[in-house]
Amino acid sequence: MERSARDRLLGRFGRRAANIALAGALICSGFAVSGAERPPATADHSKFEVLEGPFDNAQEVTEACLGCHTEAGEQIRATTHWTWTYEHPETGQTLGKSKVINSFCGMAITNEARCTSCHVGYGWEDMKQPPPTADNAVDCLVCHDTTGEYWKFPTLAGHPTYMPREWPKGSGKMVQPPDLESIAQNVGASGRANCGSCHFYGGGGDGVKHGDLDSSLVDPPRSLDVHMSPDGLNFGCADCHTSWGHQVSGSRYQVNAKDTLGIDVPGHTDFSRASCESCHGATPHQKQKLNDHVDTLACQTCHVPAFARGGVPTKIWWDWSTAGRLDENGEPITEYDDSGHPSYMSEKGDFRHGENVVPSYAWFDGTVKYTLVDEKLDVDHPPVEINRVEGGPDDPGSRIWPFKVMRGKQPYDTELETLLATHVFGADDTSLWSNFSWPKALQAGSEMSGMPFSGSYDFIETTMHWPITHMVPPAEQALGCASCHASESRLAGIAGIYMPGHNGNIWLDRIGWLLVALTLVGVVLHGVARILIKGRKRS
Amino acid sequence: MSRVMIYKRFERFWHWFQALLIFALLFTGFEIHGSYSVLGFGDAARLHTLAAWALIVLWLFAIFWHITTGEWRQYIPTRNGLFPVIRYYLIGTFTGAEHPYRKTTRAKHNPLQRLAYLFFKLMITPVIWLTGLLYLFYNDWPATLSGALELETVALVHTAAAFAMLIFIIAHVYMATMGAKVTSLIKPMVTGYEDLEDTR
Repeated sequence: MERSARDRLLGRFGRRAANIALAGALICSGFAVSGAERPPATADHSKFEVLEGPFDNAQEVTEACLGCHTEAGEQIRATTHWTWTYEHPETGQTLGKSKVINSFCGMAITNEARCTSCHVGYGWEDMKQPPPTADNAVDCLVCHDTTGEYWKFPTLAGHPTYMPREWPKGSGKMVQPPDLESIAQNVGASGRANCGSCHFYGGGGDGVKHGDLDSSLVDPPRSLDVHMSPDGLNFGCADCHTSWGHQVSGSRYQVNAKDTLGIDVPGHTDFSRASCESCHGATPHQKQKLNDHVDTLACQTCHVPAFARGGVPTKIWWDWSTAGRLDENGEPITEYDDSGHPSYMSEKGDFRHGENVVPSYAWFDGTVKYTLVDEKLDVDHPPVEINRVEGGPDDPGSRIWPFKVMRGKQPYDTELETLLATHVFGADDTSLWSNFSWPKALQAGSEMSGMPFSGSYDFIETTMHWPITHMVPPAEQALGCASCHASESRLAGIAGIYMPGHNGNIWLDRIGWLLVALTLVGVVLHGVARILIKGRKRS
Repeated sequence: MSRVMIYKRFERFWHWFQALLIFALLFTGFEIHGSYSVLGFGDAARLHTLAAWALIVLWLFAIFWHITTGEWRQYIPTRNGLFPVIRYYLIGTFTGAEHPYRKTTRAKHNPLQRLAYLFFKLMITPVIWLTGLLYLFYNDWPATLSGALELETVALVHTAAAFAMLIFIIAHVYMATMGAKVTSLIKPMVTGYEDLEDTR
């Protein structure tokens, strides 16, 4: 068709006119499909009788969903979103939220009702037990609500609140129960706000944990995220994090650090688009010299020049050792830094926040290994690496990646030399946030997690690596050459690379410039002598 | 004395275009090396690559010209009369002695020049080219090469050769002023003509 149209145009108007016309048509059709256009849904959920309600609680909505989506519940229960465990194929470690300790609030298993408020189910009160098994315990709405009205209340183990409740505690702001009928009739594909309702708030607040994921990505300008911006491509998370029977691709424990499959062609590749190469391929630049970099550098290294750029700060330092200091009336204290971010809270200790943070860089093959809570620490050589990223210059599967490196101090057992789980949340006599007593909180943490505690503890400095991959701005905001090819290089200290402009040999330079200087001096002396002698002869 | 064409048109074009390219390469090269920042690394690198390709093309023509005209013989080294020339530059030029070498169109470079230009052509330039091309095509090295050679080695040799080039240029430019008048030796490289003593 195209060919015959071109031939006809060619015959009538000549080659140049035909090419111009075709280029114009291509450009116009390009405009027509760019941006936010999505195919219309085949089902209008407001027309389903079963979704008219009334619903007493969210589990009843789930029952209604499962009436048609018969396999969805089973699918969800097979995912990491449900099990919170992950068998690492490379390291053999069992990871997941139910196993790992992090450098924020420690472990989920000792702080259930708070931490499990982000479980994709209802009522996981005790993490020593597996998640609830009832069919209607799966939470469909947290991922598929499109109204923005559905909210898992932070302290109810995954449930929304069914009566007006104050949040944050002491703020006087009341959270109203959700209108489950309206929400159920407006379900749809997961958008940024759905995923973000948990993933933007990890670590206890907006932007705290990741640095490249916070609420600014719900409606980001192009300069913050060219893919997710409504002014750009308006991608949802799921446009890249494609799913397979509710199994979402793209893991932080096992990252695809170098996607050699390239552009993801249906029928040929794995249907996973959770890498830049899935759409952009392995040679995305017009300038060949830039393509020469992709074997060594992750796309994100140049294309995410800084994280926490959306106006939401991320925590970069968290020192638990100072928690528990109270004012003269025995009341907890909150102090703020110059930017108005909390810098001290009696519940949590000292913080430092960062915005527009320049990442740290490291070789990374995608494998993240954890220091699990039963692992003996090298206490004489802090900081302890809560996790470490594997890879190196000699491994062709590794590239240099950007990371947020979270630092801080957290409790460890001075006799057993292991990290300690902390029981921070809970309306009981042992949680740190209720009674500000570390011994009680650590003892309770030990009992809840089943990990031993000798009774003696101290605080040790820790680091934790978070790969940076979101907040990709338009290409013109990517790093320039001199960000690395300069004496002050972002990649200073990275092993196994020679960067012109940064590296060199000091002795070669010294000897080289010395010889240049000697030549110049010789030439000048020779020349001056010639002039002087010539002048004397004349006189 | 007779006025003869000593530097032919192509030869002059080659010389001055090469000079321009070498100055551009030195200027951008030492910026890429990190010695200073004027154009910015990216522009410096692009200009450097462009000038390098231009120089390579120019050299291909120059090599062809040297072979087909037989002018390559001008660079055959000789010890005959070398030391008097060296003595002249060290002493004679101050005492008012005459330059000991008599130029002809078939032997227009004195023995010291021959050595210097031969070193330039057979040592400095090939080393710069070879390392430069290796540098440029670093990503396309075959496995056997990347197993045996580090980019750092290539870069350091390239830099060392650049220093040698810079030193050559300083000496060359200065010595070009050492004729009877400051411009005596430079003028023929512009016009092509020089007044030579008649030779039998």
